[in-house]
Amino acid sequence: MKKKILIVDDEPNIVMSLEYTFKKQGFEVFIARDGSEALEILKHHTPNVVLLDIMMPNVDGYQTLTFIKETESLKHIKVVFLTAKNKASDVEKGLSLGADKYLTKPFSVKKIVSEIQELVT
Amino acid sequence: MNSYAVIIIIIIYLAMLFYIAFLAEKKRQSKWVNNPYVYTLSLAVYCSAWTYYGSLGIAANSGIHFLPIYLGPVIAAPLWIVVLRKIIRISKQHKISSIADFISLRYGNNRFLGALVTVICLFGTLPYISLQLKAVSETFEIISGDNSYVSTTVIDDSTFYIALLLAIFAAFFGTQNTDASEKHKGIVATVALESMLKLLFFLAIGTYITFYLFDGTSDIYEKISVTDNFKELTTLGKVEDGFNWFFMIALSFMVVFLLPRQFQVAVLENNREKHLKKAIWLFPLYLLLFNIFVIFIAWAGKLTFGSTENAEYYTLLLPLEHGNTFLATLVFLGGFSAVISMVVVSTLALSTMVSNNLVIPYGFLDKFIKNQPERNSKYIKTIRRVSIFTIIIAAYFFYVIFSKALSLYSIGLISFVIISQLAPSFFIGLYWNRGSSKGAIIGMIVGFCVAIYTLVLPFTLEAYTGTDDFRQYGLLGIEALKPYALFGIDFLSPPAHAFFWSITFNLFSYLMFSLMSKGNYRERNYAEMFVDSKNFTNLQDNALVWKGEAYVADIKNVLARFLGEKRATRALKIFFTKYKLSQDTQLADARLINFSEKLLTGSIGSASAKILIASVVKEEQISLVEVLKILEESKENIVSNKVLLEKSNELSQLTSQLKEANEELIDKDKQKDEFLDTVAHELKTPITGIRAAAEVILDDEEMPKEIKAQFLKNILQDSDRLGRLINNILDFEKLETGGLHLDLQPQDIQKTIGKAIASVSQIAAKKEVLIVNNNMHPFVINYDEDRILQVLTNLLSNAIKFCETKTGKIIVDYKIGNQVVEISVADNGKGIPEEDFIYIFDKFYQSKNQNTRKPEGSGLGLAITKQIVEKHKGKIWAKKDIKNGATLVFTIPFE
Repeated sequence: MKKKILIVDDEPNIVMSLEYTFKKQGFEVFIARDGSEALEILKHHTPNVVLLDIMMPNVDGYQTLTFIKETESLKHIKVVFLTAKNKASDVEKGLSLGADKYLTKPFSVKKIVSEIQELVT
Repeated sequence: MNSYAVIIIIIIYLAMLFYIAFLAEKKRQSKWVNNPYVYTLSLAVYCSAWTYYGSLGIAANSGIHFLPIYLGPVIAAPLWIVVLRKIIRISKQHKISSIADFISLRYGNNRFLGALVTVICLFGTLPYISLQLKAVSETFEIISGDNSYVSTTVIDDSTFYIALLLAIFAAFFGTQNTDASEKHKGIVATVALESMLKLLFFLAIGTYITFYLFDGTSDIYEKISVTDNFKELTTLGKVEDGFNWFFMIALSFMVVFLLPRQFQVAVLENNREKHLKKAIWLFPLYLLLFNIFVIFIAWAGKLTFGSTENAEYYTLLLPLEHGNTFLATLVFLGGFSAVISMVVVSTLALSTMVSNNLVIPYGFLDKFIKNQPERNSKYIKTIRRVSIFTIIIAAYFFYVIFSKALSLYSIGLISFVIISQLAPSFFIGLYWNRGSSKGAIIGMIVGFCVAIYTLVLPFTLEAYTGTDDFRQYGLLGIEALKPYALFGIDFLSPPAHAFFWSITFNLFSYLMFSLMSKGNYRERNYAEMFVDSKNFTNLQDNALVWKGEAYVADIKNVLARFLGEKRATRALKIFFTKYKLSQDTQLADARLINFSEKLLTGSIGSASAKILIASVVKEEQISLVEVLKILEESKENIVSNKVLLEKSNELSQLTSQLKEANEELIDKDKQKDEFLDTVAHELKTPITGIRAAAEVILDDEEMPKEIKAQFLKNILQDSDRLGRLINNILDFEKLETGGLHLDLQPQDIQKTIGKAIASVSQIAAKKEVLIVNNNMHPFVINYDEDRILQVLTNLLSNAIKFCETKTGKIIVDYKIGNQVVEISVADNGKGIPEEDFIYIFDKFYQSKNQNTRKPEGSGLGLAITKQIVEKHKGKIWAKKDIKNGATLVFTIPFE
């Protein structure tokens, strides 16, 4: 069965690289430009993992994560932060909110893929 | 009874008293000597021969008028707990040795005042002692049945020898110690015993007469009630008599505090203040017992003898009449006891005053300074002994000259009136700190003179001249100056009259001169100590302004002369320990001066002590100039305090400013951190895009061509964005730090707007957005065209960004206002949310509403725009209340 991933980021160029790579790896990929779009998608689909940016317009990454982790039907979904915020305090905050992994930008696409693979198998 | 037998009885009795006094001195600490009963009984020294014999005379002749003399003390007794306690406390603190010392210290150790009080006490007490001698002499004659023989010379007058015996007794026990403030336990013990005996014997004779000779009180009453002037004897009489009673009660009220012998036993010989508690009810009880039988004995005597000629001695005459010699002897001994205690205590008190307040300060002081300690102490004792003998002998001569003609009662009252002259300065001085030495001295002298004029002069002149012209017609025949009816007041008895006028003059002089003249600092200081005696220690140690120089060694020498080397050393050691000073302190301070004066006061009186200590102290009078200087100094202190306060205020103001600045700095620092954070974040985003795309292309060799092209296009886009971002950041930084210099040139604003529209026309066309240039009139002002172009381009690209494709429309317009050009860029896009109005010019603000793709904005555009406009001294804002779209306006001022 195909693994499903939801990529949430407001930077289309970054999303494009990630989308291409994960599709090649056999994932079913959903794209959201911000938190509100992501929550809309989560109404109809249940991905195995959500790759989540933090700094986004409207609903940001923290709010999205909190929503996922507090919703009974969603809280089993793995959430990975992918953000340019790399201060220790940011990492701590992200993990304490319930993120399964915290990855920082700029990133190696291969590394992201292996981290996600590790999480969903 | 044979007169020799009487003398032998007297000698045996005196020997017994000597023995008891000796025992008491030996066992000074025994509770037989130190208890409230002994204290109360010693107070009964008040009841002298005057009480023992004199009351009967009054009771027989004029009825109950003997009573006021006892009512005064009875009224005074409850007040002792307050007044007498205060006096005792002050006296102990200052080692007071007599009432003269007490008063003189209150008025600043005034030497003259001490001497004056002593003289008044001498005048007041001499007749009193002579009264006692008269009583002894007359009772001696009665008891020995020898009334035929009248002595013509001193040598064969038994009274003289009895007086000498009394003097020896007083001298022996009264001068054991140089320090007169030490307790005289021996004398007090004998006085207490005598008080007990005289009461017992008086009650015994009262019982004997009333119940043995007569059939009880009602029997006497029935028999006397039928006699002629019975009514007069048992009523108070008219209003005038009421006045007499009032003044007599007031008089005795005062003298129970002031009589030297009362002051001696009540204050100086007091061991514990709590003894007062018992005394305040026991002493009135004693007086009551003493007066129970007086009226009945008087009536019994009157009924028995018919005449009242010798009424004073009814207690002796009645038992003798009935052949009861034994009881008569007891009565005689009771009277003798009353005499001894009064004479001994009075002479003791007076001799202390005479030596400490009269002789030493006015004559012998220089001699003392040169003498050896042992000799000094001997000298002081000698002075006191000589004083005792002199006083008693003087009293004897007073008796010989005057007293024979006067009754016991009238002599007693003369004493009282004279002694009462101390009252205003004594009582008021205790509670009123304004009372001054000048007022006290003048009051006493005036009062004393009035008392002499109205009471003593009439009978002395009568005794000398043999006529009563003075009494009858007044001085020089002036009616208003009649001694017994001064200024027309003729309804009072002579003593009440004399008391009224003397005390009135005394009081008014005291008050007037006290109010008129303020004492010196020393006097005011002592006044404060007396009035506020509870706060004594503080006042003594701190308040005395003392300026001078003295060496401890000198002071010690003076102390050693009077106390002996050993005691002086010990006293200084105690002093240094108490005040935590080094034992080898060289220079004396005010406290040591006070301490030494106090130590010496007991031996030589406070006035002399002050003079003595002053002799080794280079005491400088504090001049007015110096006082002013002290005041000036404190004023300077106040001023400098004020300056200090101002400085401190300034400082706290500065501190708060600094705090503000610091907070601002922290704020700025935080802002800078945030800025750097944001910049880093913004830079990372395109780099991430570039890196990811490059990696994807590199790793996928079989990537379809058009996808690869898209990725490469993304890389280019992100690289452009990066470049733009870096430029903007640099721009912004330059503007922010003020490093930008405007190239101000006259330019046509209409042309500049045209250029700006042209530069964005391509993106506008791409999005099919219409840009309208509304105002085509040229207008030239000074500005940096490149920078204003940057502003306009920025505003236009923002407008295009927010406009809908195809329907978008942007209108650029400008208006000329008051010395200002107002340029506006209006679009019909989504508009700016109200809550964002204040943020849109912040760096890295990006609207949530923007619907273009991200790479096109840097987040610094409007922030930079604002900087440029402000650099031109213009303003930039977003117009409020726009129905659709957004309108941004900026101004450029011109002259």
